[in-house]
Amino acid sequence: MASVFSGAPPQGGPGYSFSQTRIATSSGIREHSFYPYTDNGGSTLGVSGADFTILAGDTRSTSGYNINTRYAPKLFKIGGEGPDGTGARIVLSVVGFAADGDALKERLDTIVKMYKYQHGKPMSVAACAQRLSHILYNKRFFPYYVHAILGGLDEEGRGALYSYDPVGSYEREQCRAAGAAASLIMPFLDNQVNFKNQYIPGSGVGHALEQRVPEPLPRKDVEELVKDAFTSAVERHIEVGDGLQMMIITKEGIQETFSELKKD
Amino acid sequence: MDTLITQYSRPAFHDEGYSQEDQQELSQVTPPLSLKFALPPVAQSSAWLRSMTDDYSNPSCPIKIAHGTTTLAFRFKGGIIVATDSRATAGNWIASQTVKKVIEINNCLLGTMAGGAADCQYWLAYLGMQCRLHELRHKRRISVAAASKILANLVYSYKGMGLSMGTMCAGVTPQEGPALYYIDSDGTRLAGNLFCVGSGQTFAYGVLDAEYNYDLSDDAALELGRRSILAATHRDAYSGGFINLYHVKEDGWVKHGFSDTNPIFWKTKLEKGEFSNVTADLG
Repeated sequence: MASVFSGAPPQGGPGYSFSQTRIATSSGIREHSFYPYTDNGGSTLGVSGADFTILAGDTRSTSGYNINTRYAPKLFKIGGEGPDGTGARIVLSVVGFAADGDALKERLDTIVKMYKYQHGKPMSVAACAQRLSHILYNKRFFPYYVHAILGGLDEEGRGALYSYDPVGSYEREQCRAAGAAASLIMPFLDNQVNFKNQYIPGSGVGHALEQRVPEPLPRKDVEELVKDAFTSAVERHIEVGDGLQMMIITKEGIQETFSELKKD
Repeated sequence: MDTLITQYSRPAFHDEGYSQEDQQELSQVTPPLSLKFALPPVAQSSAWLRSMTDDYSNPSCPIKIAHGTTTLAFRFKGGIIVATDSRATAGNWIASQTVKKVIEINNCLLGTMAGGAADCQYWLAYLGMQCRLHELRHKRRISVAAASKILANLVYSYKGMGLSMGTMCAGVTPQEGPALYYIDSDGTRLAGNLFCVGSGQTFAYGVLDAEYNYDLSDDAALELGRRSILAATHRDAYSGGFINLYHVKEDGWVKHGFSDTNPIFWKTKLEKGEFSNVTADLG
């Protein structure tokens, strides 16, 4: 009889210390939740010019609020020889889940190498871009947790940049930022690379103002933009920092640079 | 003796026409649902995929797939008009303002893209391949009805797996004339005169239904397509960017630009006096 006045909340009703009603757990068989992803943070960006493409990424790797390492590259040379990727003409950048990114890089690298051995010529960026899309889509029902950007030079020698969503939809663009700080960097790039919301001074008043027409930027300017984008992102995003890795693809090959970013 | 004859003789037309294998291949255009796609190691792969990628049912899902659209196509006496916006969204983030949502399957067939960007891109490219194979096998171009059915059967075979696409196939063939089909990932396949698909479809229908007439001139039809997309980009936050316009004619499709909505909006407002709900006052 004591249980009648036990003072416990009625079964199935609202509990004392929870604002939400606790839902009775079902008695059926429950599957353990399957969560195979970790967001390793970081950011990448790419800009294509008249005769070059620049890809960049920070080198911090995080999980939650922990920093795993201050040097984990997000940029990979594709189709080169040996551990340094000598002779490569294509660069892949991946941000999201580093393990998926690594697996993706290995797949694409192998395919591009096999292509060269089978056809006796290097794979074009356009072909490589479509192949990457198909690799991503092959895991449509168990996606790679990555945002990929692919850079190189097209058949006419112009800078080529392709960006991807996790399941392989892709588009050729002038510039693209991906990863944790994409929402901080992309608007800056829209304004500075594609001249969005920039008008020609003195071209008119109010609605008559003329939009500034975008033109390919010189390499030096783009390098400066990339550095500015990252130093700014570091100031406002906890998952971005430590180091900045850049790869510049020109007809001479790939030039790789590294510079320091703030480490706090 | 008779047994020997039957053993070594064959039916007169045995080697003619398609072999058993060829017929099999011709009738089975869709690849068998097989190990082609990697699957997660869980019992309910579609439920798992939804929990990871569907930001409508789970706004905090980790993988955001590009979505959101307004697309339209309508038949009229001069052929078919196909028009789309160009925005792709992943949650509230505008992933791109320059998506090509009209997919050129071949020089007289167009497909449109609504729903998952990758699904549409991949499967319409696949459809393009099947259409080319049909041409090579039968020495004539595929009909729009057949092309749309290849796609409809394909997505139907993946039903419940989590594909998301709402697409229209528009084309002109000698046997059908201008033909327009709507296909979606539920397996629906409809022939019709007028369709709008995507998050901004209702806004586009509003303008299109009011002004549509089968006997429209080419210029009026192009303008109606443009104006319907403009209305959708104005009222639907998930639509915007550029207006992509195509006209499908008897001898193939013609592109009529990929133009920024902002100047078109102000032109429509200031020169035609529409959109009077918006002030033009910059003060």
